[in-house]
Amino acid sequence: MWRSFVCVLGRDITLAMRRRTEVLTTLFFFVIVVSLFPLGVGTEKETLRMLGPGVVWVAALLASMLALERLFSADYEDGTLEQLLMTAQPLPLLVLAKVAAHWLLTGLPLVVIAPLVGLQYHMGDSSVLAMVLSLLVGTPVLSLIGSIGAALTLGVRGGGILLSLLILPLYIPVLVYGAGAVAVGADGLAETQPFFSLLGSFLLLALILSPLAAGAALRISVE
Amino acid sequence: MLEVVDLECRRGDRQLFSGLSFDLSVGTLLHVRGRNGSGKTTLLRAICGLLAADAGEIRWRGESIRALGDDYHEDVLYLGHLNGIKSDLSGIENLRIAATLDGDEADEGRLWRALKHMGLAGFEDLPTKVLSQGQKKRVALARVLVSRAPLWILDEPFTALDVDAVDLLQILIAQHIADDGMVVLTTHQEVPLTSGQIRRLHLGD
Repeated sequence: MWRSFVCVLGRDITLAMRRRTEVLTTLFFFVIVVSLFPLGVGTEKETLRMLGPGVVWVAALLASMLALERLFSADYEDGTLEQLLMTAQPLPLLVLAKVAAHWLLTGLPLVVIAPLVGLQYHMGDSSVLAMVLSLLVGTPVLSLIGSIGAALTLGVRGGGILLSLLILPLYIPVLVYGAGAVAVGADGLAETQPFFSLLGSFLLLALILSPLAAGAALRISVE
Repeated sequence: MLEVVDLECRRGDRQLFSGLSFDLSVGTLLHVRGRNGSGKTTLLRAICGLLAADAGEIRWRGESIRALGDDYHEDVLYLGHLNGIKSDLSGIENLRIAATLDGDEADEGRLWRALKHMGLAGFEDLPTKVLSQGQKKRVALARVLVSRAPLWILDEPFTALDVDAVDLLQILIAQHIADDGMVVLTTHQEVPLTSGQIRRLHLGD
């Protein structure tokens, strides 16, 4: 069973490596959106420090949204999704593998580049650490919840917009506690513990429920 | 083995077929025919379990395929209109992934031999996007050589194939039937068998 997980994970990563533009687009989108704000609101230290957590998190949300549309649609178009549905492997496991690949390719790079981006907002060391950690726990939740929306809007014309309307409201809790952790992180990491407990519970919940929901949605979409 | 009982399928408001019943035993080929739009593909997808029928039931070894779920999929090989191969991956990579997910032993030598048998020697390592339509179809069809599923469901398997490949596929189908396999296919072509029996189903009358 784990062989099929590794197989799908490896497949999606190989495919992405052969089409690097799609991965890089997400990353550059994130960097550009985050960099636009200091240019727009001015370079005053206090304002930026206050805006920072929210801006970084909203940018991460939008960036993860951007890549979601392609999560299942490429497989849908060339018929490989049908074949995935027809395998003897449990579908939620295959969905989880696809989401894991999606996160490694679009979520993890954001986590890695976030400290650099955070420099523009004059964040302190503990804030930056809190930001990296909150993105590390939070972005997988975004990919997981997003997979349900991507599966539901599969094959729908103008699915991209519909996907945003469907999924962005569900991202709100992650945004609130993710950005909250960064803001509180300025006073030391110890303060952020409740935020991370909540983000962690979101992650566990999403990890268990969203592959099941996305799998069911895929079966409906493929009909 | 495969029983279809009182099956009814609709597409939108249009009824494609209703009250369709047949059963398929080992060593039988079911040749589904009918005009364009008569519901051939819909029937095949319903038998695959990709599509829920509006009424009726499909049973495999006496149990409903809905209840069997993944256990049923293990016994079925489906090749649809879309080739189901990744254009950025090479033929051998595509076949390896398909074999791994089907749970077949992905013995490397066997995979290479399958592609060679399909007339793709020298093309195994190329990304399938540079191959011709017929060659892509051959990559997809190479799965029948690797799979151990007793039931093959083939939707227009002969399109885009040249004469040699058509002959080859006809031989493979005949062999599978002779080995107590089952095949459901749609095609406008005749498929000669060496043993076993052919059943014909005409949709849209």
